[in-house]
Amino acid sequence: MLKRWRQSVTLTDLVVWAIGLFIGFAIVYGTIVTWQQAQYSTEQWINLTIDGLKLGGIYALIALGYTLVYGILRMINFAHSEIFMVGPFTAVFLAKYLNSIGFYDTNPIISLLLITIFSATVSATIAILLERIAYRPLRFAPRLVPLITAIGASFFLQYTFRGMYGNDPETYPTLDILKGVIYLGPIPIPKTDALVIVSSMLLMLILYSIVQYTKMGKAMRSVSEDKAAAALMGINVDRVIVFTFTLGGISAGIAGILYSLIYGQVHFYMGFIPGLKAFTAAVLGGIGNVVGAWLGGTLLGLIESLGPNLFLSGLGIPAANQLKDGIAFAILVFILIFRPQGLLGERISKSKA
Amino acid sequence: MSKQLFALFALLILATTVFSACAPALECTDALGCVTVNEGDPVHFAYAMVIAGPDATLGIDSRNGAEIAIADKGGKILGHDIKFDGEDDQCSAEGGQAAGTKLAADPSVVAVIGTSCSSALRVAMPLWSKAGFTVISASNTAPDLTLAGNENNHPGYLRTAHNDNVQGKAAAQFAWEVLGVKKAATIHDGSIYAQQLQQVFADEFKVLGGEITAQESIAPDQTDMSGVLTSIAAGAPEFIYHPIFIQAGTQLVRQTKETPGLENVKSMGADGMFSPDVMEGSGDAVQGFYVSSPDFSKFGNDYEKNFKPTYLEMFGSEPVSIFHAHAYDAFNMLYACVEKVAQGDKNGGNMLIGRQALRDCMYGTRSFNGLTGSLTCSATGDCADPNIAVYEYSVGQYPPVKVWP
Repeated sequence: MLKRWRQSVTLTDLVVWAIGLFIGFAIVYGTIVTWQQAQYSTEQWINLTIDGLKLGGIYALIALGYTLVYGILRMINFAHSEIFMVGPFTAVFLAKYLNSIGFYDTNPIISLLLITIFSATVSATIAILLERIAYRPLRFAPRLVPLITAIGASFFLQYTFRGMYGNDPETYPTLDILKGVIYLGPIPIPKTDALVIVSSMLLMLILYSIVQYTKMGKAMRSVSEDKAAAALMGINVDRVIVFTFTLGGISAGIAGILYSLIYGQVHFYMGFIPGLKAFTAAVLGGIGNVVGAWLGGTLLGLIESLGPNLFLSGLGIPAANQLKDGIAFAILVFILIFRPQGLLGERISKSKA
Repeated sequence: MSKQLFALFALLILATTVFSACAPALECTDALGCVTVNEGDPVHFAYAMVIAGPDATLGIDSRNGAEIAIADKGGKILGHDIKFDGEDDQCSAEGGQAAGTKLAADPSVVAVIGTSCSSALRVAMPLWSKAGFTVISASNTAPDLTLAGNENNHPGYLRTAHNDNVQGKAAAQFAWEVLGVKKAATIHDGSIYAQQLQQVFADEFKVLGGEITAQESIAPDQTDMSGVLTSIAAGAPEFIYHPIFIQAGTQLVRQTKETPGLENVKSMGADGMFSPDVMEGSGDAVQGFYVSSPDFSKFGNDYEKNFKPTYLEMFGSEPVSIFHAHAYDAFNMLYACVEKVAQGDKNGGNMLIGRQALRDCMYGTRSFNGLTGSLTCSATGDCADPNIAVYEYSVGQYPPVKVWP
């Protein structure tokens, strides 16, 4: 037994474990020190948690697009971050128009619905076009080809929008009904944050039910298992793929509006960082897995907002909040080392990968 | 055919030699070499400023200032056309590297006006200094660039912008004396401009007797500020100083007012956030936001009477940022010195501009009568006549209103 163990463990494994142990220790130690210092009040920790949940909800919605497409086509759609950008960047002009005619203030809820639907439509349309023009002709090409195409498409969309609307950020007019806070018991939550958290959860539930319980969802899952067999069973594979891109586009478009409600600004480059983070979230949860996207997104959001103040400042790192992106991408690296299949992912067999 | 061509070339070369022999030969004796400007050639000035991206107003505004100065001179210097083109410094070290390399490789460049941002200059200046250029910036304000003996102070560098030692101190005085706050926090974005400026502020604020609760930092393209603001709120400051740029700065302005514990905290930026884009980006949260900037009321009469109308006429708007007048002065200083040090035919004929001579002349500038005041250059290149004022934004009103001194 011991002998077999000794044979199967290599030096690399030992080094990796040592690094893992060290990081684990550093995190625990930093957290303990921070707690002892008691620098932040309970209310502030709650604020950070709420912030993490709202960021996480947005990451989860974007991650869903990566995960669905990966599940079916086994390709990473790097242009998805631009699908997230095109919706809100187009809808901002509708929002400004509605604001200029006064409709925005008199009918805030209808306006919000209108711009959300508009943004989702634009994102979904671009996603479908992207699939039709850039990915479908390459479906049987080697796997690297669509990947590079996706990166190209990403740049194309970014700079098309830059060309059309310019370099400067555009600003969403603020909605009066979203100002202020609501109270959940004694805890004040900014209205925008509450809206973002609730609607992203609802949306995740709806999308999960679509994938799990509808006929189309069943078809999606079977195409993801085996395209050829699904086609033989009478499933229109092209239609399923288009449907998948539509779902991803809609969720990205809505995520974009939620993002713009929080930060108020849109610009042509806005998709890049959230897109990368959402990709990290998808990998963290296990790419190809819808629940994994939600779990990964939420966890990433929480780690990002709590992490710097929780363990980095305890470790005595100055200006720890500067490193929040660093934490997010360090996580990506460590998942790839320790658990490449992600938290909920299954090990992908060679034939599928 | 090729023989005939060859003969033609030979003839041409012979002719050139003969003609140039007739004119008195110009010989360059300058320690750093000379720029040769032949009859019919333009005199080449280059700019390196941020002219695209979220911080573009800063660079475009300065470029406009220099273009007005060129237009004032009728586009000519000593009978030669003025050629004015340049590169985008992207307000970053990467952009500085690209612009620096590109311009340093062009021997026709007499002088560079730029950069917009100190981060870009820090990387570009070693290249330009080595190439023998004279560089004059209208908006670099980081103290170390003109600090004698500092590794970032290079020969050939001058600026018409104020040194942040002045600006940071003014901000601290304003916070302490006028607003009467006792506890302050600072945020920078890792750029040397912001980092050094907030340090000057913090040091001066402590000297005055105040307490600095935190000196935090963010990434220049960060959108979510809740972590850093919560961390700052833990120290309960009454004042936040974040002398950064527009993109991240407007997010800070917005999110500070939404962070529990910071709703009523006053915040202040510096000259990097004096722009209409701040109004657009911050929304209603801009109400009561302070910025420090050169004091426009101290600018000469010419500024209101001639410069601003010309700006409006040439570019169709009021000045979009704050360093246009500094760029105007920078160009005029260069112009005066090139006129002075050029050798040879000063009426549009062949001439030489000595690179070391040009630098010496620039450093020797005394009581130069510019738009921004009376400019006298120090041995390390600080030429500004610095008067700093504090301005306050309100919703729907641009430019912001001067509140101090």
